[in-house]
Amino acid sequence: MSVLSLDGITKSYGGNAILKGVSLEAEVGEFIALVGPSGCGKSTLLRIVAGLDHGDTGEIVIGGRSVVRKAAADRNVAMVFQSYALYPHLTAGENIAVPLAMRRLTAAQRLPFVGNVLPGQKQIRTDIQRQVKEMALALKIDHLLDRKPGQMSGGQRQRVALARAMVRRPAVFLMDEPLSNLDANLRVHARGEIVDLHRRAGVPTLYVTHDQSEALSMADRVAVMIGGNLLQLANPKEIYDNPSHVEVARFLGQPKINVVETRTDAAGIVRFGDLVLMANRGQAPDAPVKLAVRPEFVRFSPQGAGRLSARVERMEFLGSEVIVHARLDAIGEVMTSKSAPAEAASLAIGQPVDVEIMPERAMLFDHEGARLPAEPLAVAATREKIHG
Amino acid sequence: MITNALSVARIVRLAVLSLGALLFLAPYIFMVSTAGKAQSEIFSSSLSLIPEQWSYIENFSKALSRVSMTTLLFNGVVVCALIFVIQIVVAIPCAYAMAKLKFRAARAMMVLVMLGLLVPIHATALPIYVAFDKLSVLNSYAALVAPFSISVFAIFLFLQFFRAMPDDLIHAARLDGMSEAGIVARVIVPNAWPAITAFAIFSVVAHWNDLFWPLIVVTNQDYATPPLGLLFFRAAEAGDDYGALMAATLIITLPLVSAFLLAQKRFVEGITMTGLKG
Repeated sequence: MSVLSLDGITKSYGGNAILKGVSLEAEVGEFIALVGPSGCGKSTLLRIVAGLDHGDTGEIVIGGRSVVRKAAADRNVAMVFQSYALYPHLTAGENIAVPLAMRRLTAAQRLPFVGNVLPGQKQIRTDIQRQVKEMALALKIDHLLDRKPGQMSGGQRQRVALARAMVRRPAVFLMDEPLSNLDANLRVHARGEIVDLHRRAGVPTLYVTHDQSEALSMADRVAVMIGGNLLQLANPKEIYDNPSHVEVARFLGQPKINVVETRTDAAGIVRFGDLVLMANRGQAPDAPVKLAVRPEFVRFSPQGAGRLSARVERMEFLGSEVIVHARLDAIGEVMTSKSAPAEAASLAIGQPVDVEIMPERAMLFDHEGARLPAEPLAVAATREKIHG
Repeated sequence: MITNALSVARIVRLAVLSLGALLFLAPYIFMVSTAGKAQSEIFSSSLSLIPEQWSYIENFSKALSRVSMTTLLFNGVVVCALIFVIQIVVAIPCAYAMAKLKFRAARAMMVLVMLGLLVPIHATALPIYVAFDKLSVLNSYAALVAPFSISVFAIFLFLQFFRAMPDDLIHAARLDGMSEAGIVARVIVPNAWPAITAFAIFSVVAHWNDLFWPLIVVTNQDYATPPLGLLFFRAAEAGDDYGALMAATLIITLPLVSAFLLAQKRFVEGITMTGLKG
């Protein structure tokens, strides 16, 4: 059963389409990362789900009820903001208590002085205090409850913001780049913590980030948004290995995927060096296509006399791996290879190399970017060579 | 060498500042001195700051007995407090709406606020006077307070301050279940103290010292504000008794001066903060 479902959300600002019909369903306890380059509309989408902004068209269902016409407060969603948005004049404990107090106490009970003498108020307040304390213990911030946000570090503020969002057990959690203001070490640590907290709470989470490694490492499913469209929603392995659109392939992966513009011949076959691919079962004859292959499936070997030769231009040593950029002699484009340092040991800048591509890892996309099924035809190619 | 150069620069700076301070304080010092002089000494040709014969008690008792100083001060406090409170109550929600909410009239309101800033009270004084006369509310607190209840300056000042407040803070408050009024009361106001203090100085100083408007709408001594009271005092009672007049002036400036000295640090903070933020 889906707890959160978005259907055909559109939004435009002054004739500028920001969201072009985004649909998405989150299952119970699922962690979905919305990832995309800046300006792709991911934050806008999150704000629309939260009720802080309104979509032009589309339906939002949370827990089986349509919430499009409901105010942010009545949607039972909690959000962690990039800037944390803690109330600067309240202590950490008071900050965490706010959502509970706003929901459980009546307007009269919240009044200063007057509220204190109303019946039932004391019981609720102690209850809230107990829950704040529990939440703080779970997040290991119980020693910070009396501090104001200004007296806390970025990491501590981030935890308080998490606690404030989690304390009222919302139906859906929304997170808008909650880790982007932390330093690199803390960020990796906080990733694991958020995933753990999410497991324990079991609340479906929409997590917006522009950091692909965050998305891939944390999420159950990753949604890649580009230019206002949700291009693909799949689990991290699937979306990395099997992108449905060339933009998804380009966005995910570090270093970037190699993309070469080429054409199919009359039989719908793409030839690129030793690589021979049948595009779309031969249904795409004589058409421009994009051939894409991830750097880890490209290998440069130091002969330089094969069918696809290149010259090493730049090498980046990253410790556990080496990234080699080489320019293809034939078409002048740069290809990137990622390999273990031992494999790249024999390469040097300026050296001519042969390019080898793993045929089953090569992907084809049509000229608009949509994925084309492709079969490697290594055997056929050999045969052709013999006959031709 | 460095410390030497620094200390020379310091001395120059201090000298310039002291000279400026002296220039601005001179009238006040002269007033304090005159308040302690007897009539004959004030009109003598010699000019000395320290009175030859201390007549403070005499002058102050004259000032306090001939005019009901408590009424004047009370009127001043009531008028300033009413004006300030109403201005805040009107301007903060208005500035919040203009800074953080999206609605169609926002642009038009901004233009109106700008226009409002350009029109001086002197231009509207006559029509308002006529209207108040027709409504027969002249000689009342309402006449003193009403024209200033909406301060475009306050709206403008708070607008600038609120614009600098992060939107996410308001979004968080909305998600936490606060109404718009709740956001203003629980999030905006507690974080706007620097701006409110800064505005308090401008408002209270302007209206405590205002002579123009009270002079137009008040002819009854019972509603006179301190500066107007002084005018009545001079016209009716003192004539050319400058000693008593200065003593009275000293009494009515005292509340503001002491308030400023007491809360000096907060005031300066408030002004620099809003100044920096635009």
